[in-house]
Amino acid sequence: MATKMPKVPVVIVGMGWVGGIIAAELSKQGTKVVGLERGKPRGTADYYMVHDELRYASRYDLMQDLSKETVTFRNTDKVAAVPMREYGSFLLGEGLGGASVHWNGQTLRFLPYDFEIHSKTVERYGKQKIPEGMTIQDWGITYDTLEPYFDKFEKLAGISGDSETNPLIGKRSAPFPTKPMVKTPILKLFEDATKKLGYHPYMMPSANLSEQYTNPDGITRAACQYCGYCERFGCEYGAKADVIVTALPVAQKSGNFELRSYSNVIQVLNDGKKASGVVYVNTVTGEQFEQPADVVIMASYVFNNIKLLLTSKLGKPYDPATGKGVIGKNYCYQTNGGTASGFFDDKTFNLYAGAGSLGMEIPDFNGDNFDHSNLNFLHGAGIRISQTGQRPIATNSVPKGTPSWGKDFKAKSLKYANSVISVSPQGSSLPWRHHYVDLDPTYKDAYGLPLPRITFDFEEQDRQLIKFVAGKAAEIMKEMNPTTIGSSDQLGPYNIVPYQSTHNTGGVIMGADPSTSAVNSYLQMWDAENVFVVGASAFAHNSGYNPTGTVGALAYRAAEGISKYLKSGGMIV
Amino acid sequence: MADKPSQQSLDPSRRRFLKYTGTAIGGVVVGGVIGSAMSGGFKKNTAVPSTSPTPSGTPQEHLASDYNQAPMFFNQQQLQITEAAAERIFPKDDNGPGAAELGVAFYIDHQLASPWGVNARTYRMGPFVKGEVTQGDYLSIERHELITMGLNSLEETAKSKHSKGFVDITPEEKDAILTSMEKGEISVVNGITGKTFFNQFRTLVMEGVYSDPLYGGNKNMAGWKMRKYPGNQMSYITIIEKDQFVAMEPRSLHDHFVH
Repeated sequence: MATKMPKVPVVIVGMGWVGGIIAAELSKQGTKVVGLERGKPRGTADYYMVHDELRYASRYDLMQDLSKETVTFRNTDKVAAVPMREYGSFLLGEGLGGASVHWNGQTLRFLPYDFEIHSKTVERYGKQKIPEGMTIQDWGITYDTLEPYFDKFEKLAGISGDSETNPLIGKRSAPFPTKPMVKTPILKLFEDATKKLGYHPYMMPSANLSEQYTNPDGITRAACQYCGYCERFGCEYGAKADVIVTALPVAQKSGNFELRSYSNVIQVLNDGKKASGVVYVNTVTGEQFEQPADVVIMASYVFNNIKLLLTSKLGKPYDPATGKGVIGKNYCYQTNGGTASGFFDDKTFNLYAGAGSLGMEIPDFNGDNFDHSNLNFLHGAGIRISQTGQRPIATNSVPKGTPSWGKDFKAKSLKYANSVISVSPQGSSLPWRHHYVDLDPTYKDAYGLPLPRITFDFEEQDRQLIKFVAGKAAEIMKEMNPTTIGSSDQLGPYNIVPYQSTHNTGGVIMGADPSTSAVNSYLQMWDAENVFVVGASAFAHNSGYNPTGTVGALAYRAAEGISKYLKSGGMIV
Repeated sequence: MADKPSQQSLDPSRRRFLKYTGTAIGGVVVGGVIGSAMSGGFKKNTAVPSTSPTPSGTPQEHLASDYNQAPMFFNQQQLQITEAAAERIFPKDDNGPGAAELGVAFYIDHQLASPWGVNARTYRMGPFVKGEVTQGDYLSIERHELITMGLNSLEETAKSKHSKGFVDITPEEKDAILTSMEKGEISVVNGITGKTFFNQFRTLVMEGVYSDPLYGGNKNMAGWKMRKYPGNQMSYITIIEKDQFVAMEPRSLHDHFVH
């Protein structure tokens, strides 16, 4: 049925950050690589009309077409899951470059604590500190081992950041490749307030270039213009790093890389021990192709990595009843809440201007940077201010008590259009035995495969965390001296309707033990040595940071592992 | 019913006449773009004056820039109810024009005629089941159906409470009906509350006020001007660090093509 293509050494499923980095690294070394991308090819020339909030931010032009596939969701396994029929809580990318095209560019490293979260928690607080049902575990790699890969990713993208290292985050082997973004008046307000309170603010590491930069591959990109259109938009300047303006040109120049667009992978062919290739559908003609390969790299978003492994019957599916099995285990998200908004009657700021990663953050209440002995939660949140460009459809904040429409709403939303700023915690998300992804029994995608089903909710851990960090955010905002403050320290159940964050993690997690993890520290599958599953799907939990920095580091780590595997075979150690 | 406007006379009294009497299809003209745009028949050589702000240019020029102002989807009544309801959500005030003058009704009409209106990029495979609130309020009908049913419900409610159509009742009466919609006290059709309709409608109004003028709303970028949003600018590198607020003349995506 499927047309068989000539065998290649490496086939990659998905051409986002991960797929592009691995394609570049391997093809540079002379390995032939085929990259399969279900969406269309695209580049900076396609963003001529990008300052269009309606098209890109409200109508999700760059996102996956949900009519073809989506996910289903339920809070607990006591209820039936319902398909996510339209976008809400998170936005799935599609097309060449994947989510690297529509991200903000906030490129933070996870903390040393994150990679050894179980050991370090037990060491400091004792085993009883971890509540029953919480399945935090070490990642099978330390920060120090991963550090050189962080550095590689940051040099590829030209990450802009402070020259001084913050004492509360992981040590760096080299300074940031480019100087920090500019410090705007609202960032200065935040910096002064947090310093006065004794905290340790730093400029958010940014993939929106602060200055022109030439990376180690010789690719030069222009500086960010602070146009205020990053998240959900492509960058017409190429100033925001994505895989199309960084890694892919290297792969393409090598002569060893072939990109196939409109190619949706529907199966990983395998005998339970090794994969022999993939089957994909040409989405234009409907024709099926088999692409045999020595190594299969799964580099699609979290949900498709999990789904394809489960539908292809590769790896042991996770069973929440027994806690055994690994595929679909430790699905986590991001616990956002506790934002403090300050309304200034006497100040206006140029809030229409900004960049996706123009911001400052304090790490004082993230990870285990503070004592949890008397607190009913683990981990924490990065507390930050950002100036990403207040676009007018999305941003109409009004003080509490103002109606949401009519005369008073209009007057207040206009009054504060350039006078409201926020301090927001981005909270970690820790895994639980009853949070997971499996296959939906009812709903299917356009190719007849079951949709991935998410079973997830916020827990008491998350409510306590938000209550705590909301207090800190409000304290900082108060110090910034606005006329009125709006804040809430409450966190409801997880709701898939309002947008929160496109930081979905877990499901194919890394670790040192094959019985509790799906991949090793090179992202190589324990159950199939020639399959590497790379991305945020490998996170054993999600930190209070944006995931891309760590995803980029893992991509470089995986590329090195694949390279070793191509030479020696077997499990890479 | 007012007289049909004739094809002459752009004098101020004629403008006032149209403004205060409504046009061929009747109803209160809320100072929007529709009343003047609906001539009740084909226009000939001369323009029907517009009540929307045209700071410069002759009426002919104004018309030439407004070929976009014709419904792709709504009938006349739906268009008028949309304009009247939108104006209550984002009313004209001292800050500037309301939804009616900003062309929001045409914006909404055009969106309902677009792929978005027929849920082109949403998951549509059944079964459609009513889940928990946290699982989303997804309808088996399409967006254009929700909106037209909601408009119909506004009209029916106005008639049963006030014996008049929605566009003819007082602003306070309109607000009361919209509030009941927002609270879900009025059902749009069996199983769909007014809340679902209202939330979608409110979102559409805000989009029509603030999206790029290419979509038919935010007329003359007046929505942006009210909040000093500069629209489509290529760079803020020279102002990003400034302590003072920098106001600038907004630009639309159209500006990529006029130089």
